[in-house]
Amino acid sequence: MAQAAAAPKKKVEGVPEKLHVWPYLVRLEFLCALVVIIALTVWSIVIDAPLEEAANPTKTPNPSKAPWYFLGLQDILVYFDPWFAGVVAPVLIIVGLMLIPYLDVNPKGNGYYTYHERKVAIWVYCFGFLVLWIALIIMGVFLRGPGWNLFMPWQYWDPHKVVALVSVDLPYSFGFRDYTWSAIFGGGVLLAYFGIGTGVYFFMERKALKSVGFLRMFLKIQLALIMMGIVIKIVLRIGFNVKYIMVTPWISI
Amino acid sequence: MANKAPQIPGIAEFIHKIKSGEIFTEIAKEITESQLWTSTFRHGYADTPRNRVLQIASNVWLHLHPVKMHRHALRIKFTWCMGGITFLLFLSTVVTGVILMFYYRPVGEYAYYDMKYLQYDVPFGMLMRNMHRWAAHAMVITVWLHMFRVFLTGSYKPPREFNWVIGVFLVTFTLLLSFTGYLLPWDQLAMWAVTVGTNMARATPFLGNEGPFAEYVGVTPRYDARSLLIGGSLVGPPALLRFYVLHCIFIPLIAGALMIVHFWRIRKDGGISGPL
Repeated sequence: MAQAAAAPKKKVEGVPEKLHVWPYLVRLEFLCALVVIIALTVWSIVIDAPLEEAANPTKTPNPSKAPWYFLGLQDILVYFDPWFAGVVAPVLIIVGLMLIPYLDVNPKGNGYYTYHERKVAIWVYCFGFLVLWIALIIMGVFLRGPGWNLFMPWQYWDPHKVVALVSVDLPYSFGFRDYTWSAIFGGGVLLAYFGIGTGVYFFMERKALKSVGFLRMFLKIQLALIMMGIVIKIVLRIGFNVKYIMVTPWISI
Repeated sequence: MANKAPQIPGIAEFIHKIKSGEIFTEIAKEITESQLWTSTFRHGYADTPRNRVLQIASNVWLHLHPVKMHRHALRIKFTWCMGGITFLLFLSTVVTGVILMFYYRPVGEYAYYDMKYLQYDVPFGMLMRNMHRWAAHAMVITVWLHMFRVFLTGSYKPPREFNWVIGVFLVTFTLLLSFTGYLLPWDQLAMWAVTVGTNMARATPFLGNEGPFAEYVGVTPRYDARSLLIGGSLVGPPALLRFYVLHCIFIPLIAGALMIVHFWRIRKDGGISGPL
């Protein structure tokens, strides 16, 4: 009875039927392997792997690009310092991914496709994967030219393209001219962002606090705020020419 | 004509056997009942339920599978086949990679010319190199798609949380395998892509010489997180050797061990997830 109650609404098959792995699965795997190997062989016959001139430490190509699968991270370097874009962000991505099963306690949608039973989870993952990872990679591969400037596909990659450096730090545009006060102002803005974000989330989900647990909810909202914060920073930089939100002699964000 | 030629019963019978096709049954019987055959194949091939079970259970390569499975787990619309394809592509890179290792020396003076040699003089050298590189790139894509599918089907939910964590490690190691291999052609593309990538290690908080709080730790360009990775302050021959060892030995061993755990846990966690 308990099992029947926990059973999902959407059933893929009426009655689960057990089949022999040999031949039903093994033949499928065999066919799949055959198709992949043929495709790989044809691809390898038709297109050669690139080999440029010999490595030369005195000749830096412009642009210098990381392997394509890291170009999303390289693109974030425009908006963040290397310690964040190159070190902290990848660590957060890996740790955040590992935490998914421990933070998402929604029992629904286990083992079948559903959007309606877990809308938020699907949206967050699709946004992170398709926009922040894949779209930035596509942009990095095709649209980033010399000086890591943005070029449309029909534009000539002009190495002498002049781009005005008009970005200013947020504290500066608010009139803070000395280090101490701009650090306090920037730190305050960040604290407010995380504090208010966390507070609002806990208030809205206060009923879930008991069942989900404080630590789980806290980590969940921090990771979500960091992910949203990256998007906010990109928007601030492109739309409002904001360079850093907080500036200190050690770290700037 | 009273003299009849003496009958040799053996020959007549033999010809009859060939004509009737009986001989093939006998040869087959002779072979399949030999010690050599019965010691190699533990069961018959006839399509009986017993043999279907033994086909999986008595085969070291196939016994990772369960003997029986739910029908839904066969649907490509559900699984996308991406995990299996990722593993197949990994095996392809292992085979082609070992072949490439016969011709390639990870030494600053030789590496690039070994690449040229491989491409222009070694029979099928170019094909092996192409297959290795494209399989590696394809593997990065398929492993992401596998992860995407597992997320969309909620397959990381209990009892499979731990296997998802192993999977995240495997995604990371797939990228690191590809990244360390990227340097080995020792051309401009390789050197500068890896320079851009490893420059990030320089910015590691506390441990990179340009990272925040580095001055309190006292790291220098020669002794920090980046120099540990590339064996110097520039991407040079020591980096080539380090990346070669990481690429050919260190990461494949760790990734292989994690793959064993990953596949084993699929079985232990109840097989491919499904709506049960």
